[in-house]
Amino acid sequence: MTVTGILDIALIIAFVSASLAQIIAMIRLLKGPCTGDRILAIDTMTVNAIALIVLLGLAGGTGLYFEGALLFAMLGFVSTVAYARFVLRGDIIE
Amino acid sequence: MSRLFRFLLPHPMLSFLTAVVWCLLINSLSLGTVVLAAFLGIVVPILTSPYWPNRPAAPKVGKLIVYVALVLWDILIANIGVAYIVLFRSNQKMRSRWVVVPLELKSPEAITILAGTITLTPGTVSADLSDKGRYLLVHALDTADPEEEAKEIKHRYERRLKEIFE
Amino acid sequence: MIWDIVISVCLVIGAIFTFVGSIGLLKLDTPMKRVHAPTKASTLGVGSLLLASMIHAFVYEGGSLHELLIMAFLFVTAPISANFISKVNLHREDVDPTPPPPGDRTWSTFDTGPADVGEPHHID
Repeated sequence: MTVTGILDIALIIAFVSASLAQIIAMIRLLKGPCTGDRILAIDTMTVNAIALIVLLGLAGGTGLYFEGALLFAMLGFVSTVAYARFVLRGDIIE
Repeated sequence: MSRLFRFLLPHPMLSFLTAVVWCLLINSLSLGTVVLAAFLGIVVPILTSPYWPNRPAAPKVGKLIVYVALVLWDILIANIGVAYIVLFRSNQKMRSRWVVVPLELKSPEAITILAGTITLTPGTVSADLSDKGRYLLVHALDTADPEEEAKEIKHRYERRLKEIFE
Repeated sequence: MIWDIVISVCLVIGAIFTFVGSIGLLKLDTPMKRVHAPTKASTLGVGSLLLASMIHAFVYEGGSLHELLIMAFLFVTAPISANFISKVNLHREDVDPTPPPPGDRTWSTFDTGPADVGEPHHID
């Protein structure tokens, strides 16, 4: 990618900070220390992943990645709720 | 006539929402898409109506739109505030504490929307409901006075939701 | 050109808020405080990025609105995730002691009496 304009610079800034955000969330995921923190870190990581996918679509100029982002949003929410329910009730489907 | 209407559209809002979501998913407004969206909007609520036995009371749409605009604006302001607190205030200086908000709302939909609003706006997260559903436990990131915070929530959001739903 | 600047501003705002959300996740020191940063900052962060994507599509391609779906979905689900995570923190007792509700018996997460297990909470 050659830098030609303000949009490219903004894209680079966005890519870098979203990736850094992903790394920081991963540090919290590994560090813990509480169960809630780990679930929260996973949740944040899915949101950041959606951000990265959207940025990829923007950089490539295609709408093809939209379905991927939507799937991530849905699966991320369901998995967060499933983890939380598992901790709360010891069971996901009662 | 009205029975036919009730059979075809047991949940008008759900039908409308299904159709809109379908159009957005396909990302076009051509005739074929709209026809298929209308078809889905009618068929899906009929097929799933056994799972939705009660029809919720219709909210007042005009006031709901004003409320959504207010909440979106608050989210914008709140995010700047929270970003400032997170970046520039040390952990010891944050006065984070629990706030108990007594509820006047009765309907589950209204309480759900209030809890969601609280979570999305200024430095507050709704954590739990009391066993009879009359109090809401809210965690505030940085507040000087819990009583004042609860009053603010009641005045700004609960009053409006009461007008919308009751 | 002017649209490029608008898109760039949206992108940078989104990037900053996404980043601040994760910074908060790392920096804050108690589990309940940590719930605040990502759930709020990330919704606005991703919302702003999606807005940029939408404007980009309108300026350079035919236009698209389906980013609205992701935005709406995130805004609806973020409070629910945050509420569940708070409940996990309450349940695991990783929090400051909670004040009791003035009128009612207890908070519903702590309410694990045998009569209530498996039943939805009734709101009267």
